[in-house]
Amino acid sequence: MKPSSPAMAGEPSANYNFAFLDEQTKRMIRRGLLKAVAIPGHQIPFGSREMPLPYGWGTGGIQITASIVGPDDVLKVIDQGADDTTNAINIRRFFARTAGIATTERTDRASIVQTRHRVPEKPLRAGQILVFQVPTPEPLRWLERREAETRKMHALAEYGAMHVNLYEDIARFGRIAKSYDYPVLVNGRYIMSPSPIPKFDNPKLHMSPALQLYGAGREKRLYAVPPYTEVKSLDFEDHPFRIERWTEACALCGAGDSFLDEVVMDDAGGRMLVCSDSEYCAERRAAGHRGKAAP
Amino acid sequence: MSRVPLLCAEGVAKSFGARVACRDVGFELHAGEILGVVGESGSGKTTLLRCLAGQLTPDAGRVAYADRSGALRDVFAMSEAERRRLARTEWGFVHQNPRDGLRMGISAGANVGERLMAVGWRHYGAIRASALAWLANVEIAADRIDDLPAGFSGGMQQRLQIARNLVSEPRLVYMDEPTGGLDVSVQARLLDLLRRLVQRLQLASVVVTHDLGVVRMLCDRLMVMQAGEVVEEGLTDQVLDDPQHAYTQLLVSSILPA
Amino acid sequence: MYVPVKGGEQAIDNAARLLAESRRGDPAVPELTLAQIEGQLAHAVDRVMAEGSLYDRKLAALAIKQARGDLVEAIFLLRAYRTTLLRFGASEPLDTRRMAIRRRISATFKDLPGGQVLGASFDYTHRLLDFSLAETGGPCPAAAKASQALPSDMPSIADILEREGLIEREPAESGGAVADLTREPLRFPAARPVRLQALARADEGFLLGLGYSTQRGYGNNHPFAGEIRHGMVTVEFVPEELGFAVALGEVELTECQMVNQFKGSAAQPPHFTRGYGVAFGHAERKAMAMALVDRSLRAAELGEEVTAPAQDPEFVLYHGDNVEASGFVQHLKLPHYVDFQAELVTVRDLRREFNERAAGRREAAE
Repeated sequence: MKPSSPAMAGEPSANYNFAFLDEQTKRMIRRGLLKAVAIPGHQIPFGSREMPLPYGWGTGGIQITASIVGPDDVLKVIDQGADDTTNAINIRRFFARTAGIATTERTDRASIVQTRHRVPEKPLRAGQILVFQVPTPEPLRWLERREAETRKMHALAEYGAMHVNLYEDIARFGRIAKSYDYPVLVNGRYIMSPSPIPKFDNPKLHMSPALQLYGAGREKRLYAVPPYTEVKSLDFEDHPFRIERWTEACALCGAGDSFLDEVVMDDAGGRMLVCSDSEYCAERRAAGHRGKAAP
Repeated sequence: MSRVPLLCAEGVAKSFGARVACRDVGFELHAGEILGVVGESGSGKTTLLRCLAGQLTPDAGRVAYADRSGALRDVFAMSEAERRRLARTEWGFVHQNPRDGLRMGISAGANVGERLMAVGWRHYGAIRASALAWLANVEIAADRIDDLPAGFSGGMQQRLQIARNLVSEPRLVYMDEPTGGLDVSVQARLLDLLRRLVQRLQLASVVVTHDLGVVRMLCDRLMVMQAGEVVEEGLTDQVLDDPQHAYTQLLVSSILPA
Repeated sequence: MYVPVKGGEQAIDNAARLLAESRRGDPAVPELTLAQIEGQLAHAVDRVMAEGSLYDRKLAALAIKQARGDLVEAIFLLRAYRTTLLRFGASEPLDTRRMAIRRRISATFKDLPGGQVLGASFDYTHRLLDFSLAETGGPCPAAAKASQALPSDMPSIADILEREGLIEREPAESGGAVADLTREPLRFPAARPVRLQALARADEGFLLGLGYSTQRGYGNNHPFAGEIRHGMVTVEFVPEELGFAVALGEVELTECQMVNQFKGSAAQPPHFTRGYGVAFGHAERKAMAMALVDRSLRAAELGEEVTAPAQDPEFVLYHGDNVEASGFVQHLKLPHYVDFQAELVTVRDLRREFNERAAGRREAAE
């Protein structure tokens, strides 16, 4: 029995391999990732391991990061766009502890950005890797619950039913009402779940210079979008894809081009809108930008 | 005249365990022709239909279909991808229970439009216009287009299922007891509608039924099945007016005089 | 003035300390030892080992202590630890025919070679709270010893039926490697060895409910508890350098052979079929439920009509793992601000458009 402290903080543990996973497992995952990169948007089954964080909390992303991270990498972890949410802190500390690597909150300094539910506002550059945590990798799951059938639908590119969903939205609401986890067609071939990012972030996936890796731990799937790959959000010719827009700018930094979170100020309905991307907002404020509620 | 048939079956056989569902069934079906398959329930009609439609692999025999290019091709030698493509473009399948052929959780319009989207239609307005036209063809009011089929009567659901199948302008439609489970007056209206549609669209069809009334209204030719085997076949009027086989005579005599 | 919340790291550390304090409970009460958990909460240890897929009583006891008695959490701890362990190879298949029996019963024959061995069981007790257990330090109970040892190769009921050709033969060993679900993803169609593996790791409560559903008409498979045996089995391993099997030790197992009716088919006369369940430790409920579900998952292969959830491999195998299920259900506690915000924006827009349309209709009507 190996002694080990259950606390998450502290020195890299001598009881575990670098970045927790053993080297054979990392190799297996990297082979899966190579395959995923070779067939953009196609889901690759992989031998997902039981991790010390719960399923649904980022085990897929963590396994990818653990498999590609080296001692010289600099890791940024965000959840809901922010570096300071509990899950982001937990995952960052997991790697600081098991791999002893440098972490950062700055997108431009990170070599790997692991994310849940957002793509950073600041454009990524070539050489960076964006790792997505994915709960439900199968975009067809809500139409067809059987895996054997959805795999066949992908293999034969039988994607008509996907548009049936969009049709229903337009018939009922006059427009496509899907707001996040908005399905995309990758490289003109595979329909892919972009993970539950808001559709606001979908255009950032298109022709991105960075490598995008997607991991679903519980569902045991990997997929990828290589740099400079076409990623098209599904739509109709007469109802083109559109992203959400706010009538206000960020109350702290004044940004008018970022995804805004609503903060409830009091119980009398007082609300303010602030950047969901905490780093973007802080950097703009440091550069002297001011929103209407800024000090 | 030696036209290539649209559908050609030879020696089709299928068993489930010890039970023989059908044995040595063969026929040719030409474009625009309606073939009725009659027999009591359990006589193997539905199994035969599913074998013809590529949904069930027969134990023996061959099913060949001539696609738009005109060459006869073995349905079970095709890739599954091709079979599935045919099933949603050149073929239709009308189930006895409309719930098996419709998506109950989506609107009538989407039910009709699905095949169009499956073959690449990406213009909402065009899909909707086509759905509206087809709802009109099957006598469903335009203002029901956004309603769920669950709220439709049995006859309406069946008409919706027919529209959903015909929207892609198939050449061959398989029908499994299309009027089964409907009231007599509703049946008559549906049959009348079906007859007009198959004539107008020059559809070929294989219609499985136990109802000789359906056969008389709809079918050019007729096959009578008993215990998995074809016991008699011929032109509809000929078989019904002058049945040769004892089983056919029994079937014909068991319908009430009109 | 609004200031975004910071300092999550400190809060997490504080929460971890509070958890440690709560785990310890009243310092005036002596701390639980692993030996106590291992010895006196043996069923809990068994379940954590079985669903944690790791036979180690001490680690299971530690996990139970760390998880404050939350067994699903303890299973999770053990599974995560298991990930880091080196693989030396696969053992030889266990020979449960040579089990050192502690309990062995059959519901299909009143008496049988080897006899009914009741062993330690709740089955024959009155479920009355025993208030004498509320006090510690009572006399140490001692059980009577049998006059003679049990046979070392207790015949299996299934073997007896098989000799008469009444039950299907156990499929011959394929010899091929069995997929390891902890190293490879589940794929469909899933062969029986893979299904059995998933069932052995599956949540006991989930299997119990599913097995029960087959007894209530949702995929009936007419079961008889052919045999349930519990005892110790030797684990053997063939090291490459030796080339012959050496005993590594013993594991405690519970095995259930369910015997089920089968109508037969064109090629086969009526006969009995098997459902199989096995679990680490003494876990009869789990082994029996597993055997029921194993048999019902064979419906398609045996040409039976598939109508019930317990007959649907994708449904059963994808939803039976409690570490997966617990994680995904509880992930709803994680922040979903961004998705919720995206939904808020959409719902507000849709409501505004709805109201505008309604207002337009009112104007048109006036």
